[in-house]
Amino acid sequence: MRITLPVNNKDIKSDICPSFGRTPYFLIYDTDDKSIIFLDNLAAQSAGGAGIKAAQMLLDQSIKIIIAPRYGENAAKVLLDGGIKVYKNVAGTAEKNIKAYEKNQLDILADIHPGFHNHGNK
Amino acid sequence: MKQLLILSGKGGTGKTTIAGAFIKLHDAKAYADCDVDAPNLHLITRHKDMPTKKDYYGLPKAYIDANLCMGCGLCQQSCRFGAISYKDIYFVNINACEGCGVCEYICPAHAVSLKETPAGELFLYKNESVFSTAKLKMGSGTSGKLVAEVKKQLIENAKEVDLAIIDGSPGIGCPVIASLSGVDMSLIVAEPSVSGISDMERIIKTARFFGTKIAVCINKYDINFLNTEKIEAFCADNNISCVGRIPYDSAAVSAINRGESIVEIDCASGNAVKTVYGRVVEILQKEIVL
Amino acid sequence: MGTNKKIVVLSGKGGTGKTLVSVNLAAADFDSYYLDCDVEEPNGHLYFKPQILEEKNVSVLIPNVNNDLCIGCKKCVNFCQFNALAFGKKVILFKEICHSCGGCALVCPAHAITEIEKTVGIVNIGISENVKTVGGIMNTGEASGIPIIKNILEYIKDKSGNVYIDCPPGSACIVMESIKDADYCILVAEPTIFGAHNLEMVYELVKLFNKPCGVVLNKCTEGLNPSEEFCKENNIEILVQIPYDAELGELNSNGKIAVRENYKNNELFYSLLNKVKEVIK
Repeated sequence: MRITLPVNNKDIKSDICPSFGRTPYFLIYDTDDKSIIFLDNLAAQSAGGAGIKAAQMLLDQSIKIIIAPRYGENAAKVLLDGGIKVYKNVAGTAEKNIKAYEKNQLDILADIHPGFHNHGNK
Repeated sequence: MKQLLILSGKGGTGKTTIAGAFIKLHDAKAYADCDVDAPNLHLITRHKDMPTKKDYYGLPKAYIDANLCMGCGLCQQSCRFGAISYKDIYFVNINACEGCGVCEYICPAHAVSLKETPAGELFLYKNESVFSTAKLKMGSGTSGKLVAEVKKQLIENAKEVDLAIIDGSPGIGCPVIASLSGVDMSLIVAEPSVSGISDMERIIKTARFFGTKIAVCINKYDINFLNTEKIEAFCADNNISCVGRIPYDSAAVSAINRGESIVEIDCASGNAVKTVYGRVVEILQKEIVL
Repeated sequence: MGTNKKIVVLSGKGGTGKTLVSVNLAAADFDSYYLDCDVEEPNGHLYFKPQILEEKNVSVLIPNVNNDLCIGCKKCVNFCQFNALAFGKKVILFKEICHSCGGCALVCPAHAITEIEKTVGIVNIGISENVKTVGGIMNTGEASGIPIIKNILEYIKDKSGNVYIDCPPGSACIVMESIKDADYCILVAEPTIFGAHNLEMVYELVKLFNKPCGVVLNKCTEGLNPSEEFCKENNIEILVQIPYDAELGELNSNGKIAVRENYKNNELFYSLLNKVKEVIK
């Protein structure tokens, strides 16, 4: 099963990025074969709807679990419809969080913030 | 790095003058101008060095290759934004184009393509202090994304600095929201007029969404004592720190025009801002301790 | 078919006195129109307090997906440049982000997408003594005020008289929409280097559109006025200089229209009005 975390660097010891939609990278960890890959977050370049695009990208990558500090209501709609679960991260590195998840120590993330005004043409 | 954002809701309340004063008082080593539509902070920070520049690309825009164009006019018919005109050839008005891609999709001759288009420029000064600013091109949209870039540039280049002072943009839209992310405290500069009060209430609502500490100061308070008291009562009722009143001061105008900050000369507004600054720092220190 | 003259008041920077000038010009003139195109932060109604005669919704088109016809190909999701569409188990639309381009409906191979109307704001028409007011408010969260401004400007197409247009601040596309059909542009500037800098920006915009223009110098104090210097250097006509005055400041901050009160310097506004009437002949 594939789980993902928004990270600031392409390193398992990277800290977690506070933004979901505009994180520079996503770390993808496969719980079955313990493999790790990094995805460049193309959504970060979007003028608007970054959370939506990031969520769609992860859906298309067959992600089942996300570990993150927060996400917006727009991304939430997509993740809910796609059946992805989101857990709240603990302080520390991505590696620490993956271990915490595997030990069932993480809680479901309930902190969803309202959508921003969109960043389209004005 | 802590971030202090100076906001107003309404334009022309004195944000940039006050931001400039704070930068001087704090001897700030990192600051930014998020008013990318009409940046003004650089006019009083008087940098002698040249900034590094970077192009900013907003949404891609449509371009018609006249060599491939068959002149069928389908693009013009399908454009919902009136962005395609005809004069000898079909061409796209970049300012009206929203980059939706419909014309590119519909063109039977594949003559239309969406291309990255520079929509502004980012500037970074890095000599004794880090100053991040930008200018949006006339007619462009996507200012929120450019503000995010200004902040990103600031944070990346000033990691070790204790406090960054950010001159925000007026309004309550995208650029303001983009500037609010990650901010520890917002100082709202209010003006004691009916429009000023109305806009102040809206910006407070917006800033609250982001959980930043909020304080209000009243600039040019002596234009209208009654409205000044209304603002102070509003703050008291809503548990918002009111950190001071600054009088209208013609000496401020002449100081600014000489490129000086109001706290560099002995004037009523400068002295009032020093008091406001002291109270803001007190609130910020409390945040750090907590 | 009416003939009207459109006088657009703009500034580049907020708080310079656009509303002060446009409101007082409209009030000083006979049977005029006042259009408040600052649909994000409209302020004109605070001065005119108009009696509203008519109110109508402004709407744009957004897609409506028929899930029975949808084949889940995600062509619409991939086409949308604004990320307004996503697909989990079905198509999800984010209305506030949609730019109403119609592209998704075009690309859908199953013809599963039709378009429906969505209200983005309202336009209201009112009256305050000799002035007909036309204003609009954009609903918070909407992308662009342009559909509302287009609606406001459409209203006066067949009307006669002088039309004073209070523009939004800045020089973004929302401003361009407001000055496109102007007969004359009044640029309002403050006597600071900030004011001069922003005057320069908005003057560039007005030149781009080839519009005749003049400048009102507002809040003037003693000493050098960088905005005045800019006008002299560039041969731009200075229509009037309004001095900074506590009485005007107080009147304005209370939402009062100077020319309808006993303000001592009202002849400034009348002189401005006469100058403007001369140039638009």
